[in-house]
Amino acid sequence: MSKDRLEIPDYNSLFSEDRFVQQRENKRQFEAPCSEQETAEALAYSQSAEYLEKNFNRKAVVINPHKACQPLGSIMAALGFEKTLPFVHGSQGCNSYFRSHLSRHFKEPTPAVSSSMTEDAAVFGGMSNLIDGLENSIALYKPEMVALCTTCMAEVIGDDLSSFIGNARQKGVISEDFPVAFCNTPSFVGSHITGYDSMLKGILSYLYDRSGIQAAPGSGEETGEKLNVMLGFEPYTGNFAEIRKILNAFDTKYTFLGDHSGNYDSPATGEYEYYYGGTKLDDVPLAANALATLSLQKYTLKKTQDYIGGTWKQLIAAMSTPLGITGTDKLLDTISELTGLPVPASLTEERGRVVDALMDSHPYIHGKRVALVGDPDLLIGLIGFCLETGMEPVHIVCSNGDVDFNDVKFKEEAEALLASSPYGSEAAVYIGKDLWHMRSLLLNDPVDLAIGSSHLKFAAKDANVPLIRVGFPIFDRHHMHRYPVLGYQGALNLLSLIVNTVLDELDRNHSGFNFDLVR
Amino acid sequence: MGLDIEANKKLVEEVLEAYPKKAKKDREKHFQINTEEAKTCGTCALKSNIKSRPGVMTPRGCSYAGSKGVVWGPIKDMVHISHGPIGCGQYSWGTRRNYANGTLGIDNFTAMQITSDFQETDIVFGGDKKLEVIMREITEMFPLAKGISVQSECPVGLIGDDIEAVSKKMAKELEMPIVPVRCEGFRGVSQSLGHHIANDAIRDFVLGKAELAETGPYDVNIIGDYNIGGDAWASRILLEEMGLRVIAQWSGDGTLNELEIAHKAKLNLIHCHRSMNYMVEHMEKAYGIPWMEYNFFGPSKTYESLRAIAALFDETIQENCEKMIAKHKPEMDAIIHKFRPRLENKKVLLMIGGLRSRHTIGAYEDLGMDIVASGYEFAHKDDYEKTFPMMKEGTIIMDDPTAYELEELAQKMNVDLVGSGVKEKYVYHKMGVPFRQMHSWDYSGPYHGFDGFKIFAKDMDMTVNSPVWNLISKKEKVQAEGASI
Repeated sequence: MSKDRLEIPDYNSLFSEDRFVQQRENKRQFEAPCSEQETAEALAYSQSAEYLEKNFNRKAVVINPHKACQPLGSIMAALGFEKTLPFVHGSQGCNSYFRSHLSRHFKEPTPAVSSSMTEDAAVFGGMSNLIDGLENSIALYKPEMVALCTTCMAEVIGDDLSSFIGNARQKGVISEDFPVAFCNTPSFVGSHITGYDSMLKGILSYLYDRSGIQAAPGSGEETGEKLNVMLGFEPYTGNFAEIRKILNAFDTKYTFLGDHSGNYDSPATGEYEYYYGGTKLDDVPLAANALATLSLQKYTLKKTQDYIGGTWKQLIAAMSTPLGITGTDKLLDTISELTGLPVPASLTEERGRVVDALMDSHPYIHGKRVALVGDPDLLIGLIGFCLETGMEPVHIVCSNGDVDFNDVKFKEEAEALLASSPYGSEAAVYIGKDLWHMRSLLLNDPVDLAIGSSHLKFAAKDANVPLIRVGFPIFDRHHMHRYPVLGYQGALNLLSLIVNTVLDELDRNHSGFNFDLVR
Repeated sequence: MGLDIEANKKLVEEVLEAYPKKAKKDREKHFQINTEEAKTCGTCALKSNIKSRPGVMTPRGCSYAGSKGVVWGPIKDMVHISHGPIGCGQYSWGTRRNYANGTLGIDNFTAMQITSDFQETDIVFGGDKKLEVIMREITEMFPLAKGISVQSECPVGLIGDDIEAVSKKMAKELEMPIVPVRCEGFRGVSQSLGHHIANDAIRDFVLGKAELAETGPYDVNIIGDYNIGGDAWASRILLEEMGLRVIAQWSGDGTLNELEIAHKAKLNLIHCHRSMNYMVEHMEKAYGIPWMEYNFFGPSKTYESLRAIAALFDETIQENCEKMIAKHKPEMDAIIHKFRPRLENKKVLLMIGGLRSRHTIGAYEDLGMDIVASGYEFAHKDDYEKTFPMMKEGTIIMDDPTAYELEELAQKMNVDLVGSGVKEKYVYHKMGVPFRQMHSWDYSGPYHGFDGFKIFAKDMDMTVNSPVWNLISKKEKVQAEGASI
């Protein structure tokens, strides 16, 4: 190596140096810190059964919840349509947060604008902001559609999107036929998945209504509108590609209703395009003529499913994210039933290969006790995957599986699924709980593995459990979202993640003699 | 050598052509090309700290982001309630990388998301009762918490909740400081008002409430350092090496006690003037504490600042300062020697919060890099007054530039590096333009002080000179020549 090599420590090694350790000690005299004994006692107490009980008894404070707010989901839904600009009506800070949050997960830009409402808009309403905002954003970012949603501010002051858009047209700021789809997404109702649903329904109903088409289910089969497919609030761009692969293997015609995989996985070409991919706007009204709609997040897409079933009179096949072999079998059977096409041999073969892989790996994952965190549809899929591989789900926390689902009962379904297998006998499902509850569960009733988003890393660390990152958001690992987790390929990816984490742990914790070459 | 003033004027005009008339007229006021004249009256024409145009993709955030996200959030031994619906707390959770020593959830609450998670019923009936319960539960869940702050989100102000009354009542009941902060996102035009509101709350509720056991002649405060990636630690070590005693660190890795005793210092040293100037000005008036702005980005500015700080103390400190500079300089020179040849004359476009677009200039210049355009999200007039004289003639200075403007400028000026935030980052990656996320150091850091400059220099070199940028142009070249791969 060259002689002038300079040592440049990173923050880890730098702040471990003696001089910084000393600095830390010295600073304590001004901090009025708790004594080491107090801290140790508080830590031990926070890990106790007594604390767990108190933790589960709290009524009001929410600590490290696993959900975001509606407009975030709405932006994701809007980016599923071709040349559509998401527009957030309300305070501009929200929009900055949504853009940052989504970009941190996908490592991709999130184009979205806001009407930048401030105090005066709080008093007089945000109409002029909205009208100016439409004029400016359309001139600058040249969308073919604007997809408008609200924040809690606009909701609390009662701004009326429909009449504001009407006024913008009257004033000539936007032409009569320029599409502006909209929905209400107050942040104090539901979560990011509810917002996704609201915007998807908003866009579908808006584009359908203005087209003048009368839905005739099945009539579009000849022209290509056979099956509609919705993936929902989908944090994996890889899942779109996988579903595409499956549908193409069936050789069926289909339309994705909402496909943000283009916008969140576009190539670096030397130029930035604001819009990439997405469902074509003209395809939406035609989708009303499809035979059926396949929904792959049934809890997330509740309102949209009702709309399609009610207004388009279409057959709805709704299931939670099809993870694992059984989940994928169900998906393929459903596609087969809906289309009348047989399950393609290529997929059956793929199934066999993945089952083979599961068999090869099962000794290392069998009986592993697992904690799960996520959105309702993801959790149903993950529970299914655990059960079919011999892993045992133990703690299942869902911050947003709650009253919003009305007649569809996530908790009941999850519990029924768990009851269907001996491997589910130790599990408990907690809805409306947060990751601080999960921390108590992990500390009091330890598990081998935790599966969830990056937000789970704090509880997992406290309990010294390896975290397998699945879901949203994944901020602290790269490219996970590019690999599918659904379908047979997804099952293989999940398996690889899990089994290799287990093997890494074995090697990391070996006690000298069992650092085995062959596993 | 300056940049071409006329060409850059024309360039800005061209970029702004895309706007509708009203917005164009407004946006024109937010651009200025630096000239000799502008250096002396830099803000004659440039408008700042006024509302963003709706619909333009402003980089700005809100008051809540300024208060909870910047000022209060890093106070580690207090629990900060994101009071309102779920989103604001979730999005500001751990994203600024304010490092702090302590055990998370036990005596350090920085990377926690504690919220009242407003539901529809809270909007209808108000959240005051719930807030009381939350505060009691916080003391149950976090027995070592030294205090609580209430960071208001939009609906709290709109529905007229009386968080002041609740805080007052509960402070008495729970026997700890409870600070209501009216930082609803709709207040003001950017994060900046949130900083001010947060500072006022510190002034009104905590400042001066505790005593320092023993004061000394060298007691100073670090003000406006949020310890991103450990910045404040890399700064503090220099002040202490010089013989000063840092009695309070605001607010990165800070504690309630440090806020309470800071009025006993002999000098306030302020790094981020934009976010905490209100505090040092108040402390000067109320306690007679002088203050000075310092800059620990890059060795040149660091030497200058260290000497200026030492000049306010006695010869012992001044000698220590020179000794320290003499000790560190060879290492800094070696860094410059190594990296400058790789970065010389590279063109940089900066658009950062309210200070770093000027504060970091020295560090770039130490590496031979040229700032060709610089702007802020939420700076005020005084920031621009300080910025113009630091810039070369012909530099484009811009206020609250939109995503559109930045993209056009970066491409048309053919810059070698863009320094901005995460919302911008991936756009430039698509374009194949080297980019550093300069709000939280792109998950690196620290960048302050001598320790920080090493990392800064390495990061800039890594970014500008990464071979990955060439992968794009190769493809384009092949296509242009009509070859097939």
